[in-house]
Amino acid sequence: MSEPHLSQDEEAIVAALKDRLDDLELAVEKTCGQLSLGVDREDIEAVCRVLKEHPATQFDYLADLCGVDYLDRHPKRFQVVYNLYSISRNHRVRIKVELDEGETIDSVAEIWKTANWHERELYDMFGIMVAGHPDLKRILMPEEWEGHPLRKDYPLRGKGQREDFSFIPENDRPPTRKPKVRTKEW
Amino acid sequence: MGLIEHRFNDNFLTTTVDQFINWARKSSLWPVTFGLACCAIEMMTTGSAHYDLDRMGVIFRASPRQSDLMIVAGTLTWKMAHVLRKIYDQMPEPKYVISMGSCAASGGVFDTYSVVQGVDQVVPVDVYVPGCPPRPEALMYGILKLQEKIEKQRYIRKEP
Repeated sequence: MSEPHLSQDEEAIVAALKDRLDDLELAVEKTCGQLSLGVDREDIEAVCRVLKEHPATQFDYLADLCGVDYLDRHPKRFQVVYNLYSISRNHRVRIKVELDEGETIDSVAEIWKTANWHERELYDMFGIMVAGHPDLKRILMPEEWEGHPLRKDYPLRGKGQREDFSFIPENDRPPTRKPKVRTKEW
Repeated sequence: MGLIEHRFNDNFLTTTVDQFINWARKSSLWPVTFGLACCAIEMMTTGSAHYDLDRMGVIFRASPRQSDLMIVAGTLTWKMAHVLRKIYDQMPEPKYVISMGSCAASGGVFDTYSVVQGVDQVVPVDVYVPGCPPRPEALMYGILKLQEKIEKQRYIRKEP
């Protein structure tokens, strides 16, 4: 891939990172006209701290933090994407971290408070463990839920939890209808 | 009828106990608000001045302890099913349930891991109102149907 054409502002963002962090592996890309940085798993916290605190970047707002599951990709199955925005400088950047099953990612909840709930969602939906998170527990699904629903190998209709009504006393349970039978999983 | 024929004044009514109880119950159905999704908007509209549920004696209550009807309006997720059941258990007898909309009736389009496929698996349902969401007229028709059902109930009389 040829070297992407960066604007003056984007050059300054990349330069700020390279200035503060020695031997940082950075995959610079432009996607849909926006600067996108591929970062190693170990570097994410340091990169985020520089991007927030450096006067040339000032990314004071974590717009979004989400996970992606590329089921058949080896060896790095998951991706975590950080979308940053600077209110004071009015520019954006996207950071991507590749992760494999069982690998942890460092928490950025100390840098942006928003990340606290986003990282809990990341754990809840993808089962990605976040190291250094103050309170890593499920946020959307019930606490006793099994599995992580946004993984691509999780069945659409779940693993039978939605038909589990054991919280109702047995003699008081309305008659359960037959579960829907469909031959094709879609 | 020879015993009581032509013995009472003009303003005297006679009826059966069952009919009197049923009349009282059907004329003051107080639903607990259980809006879960977009159906709740239609339910609120039904209670508003334009459609005016009050004229049928239906007044929304914010507490299950003061209610005898539960209108389940919207998608019931498994996480919420616990709450729904708890609130149903807190209602005093006699209690009735209206399932409003396709999600409450069968899960609707949400045939997914977290959505209960019909509230009748959690609480016994008296009337199903179909629609996505049902119009206020449909919900009112459902309430009228429930009133018809209550009218036919027997407490003292023998079952036929």
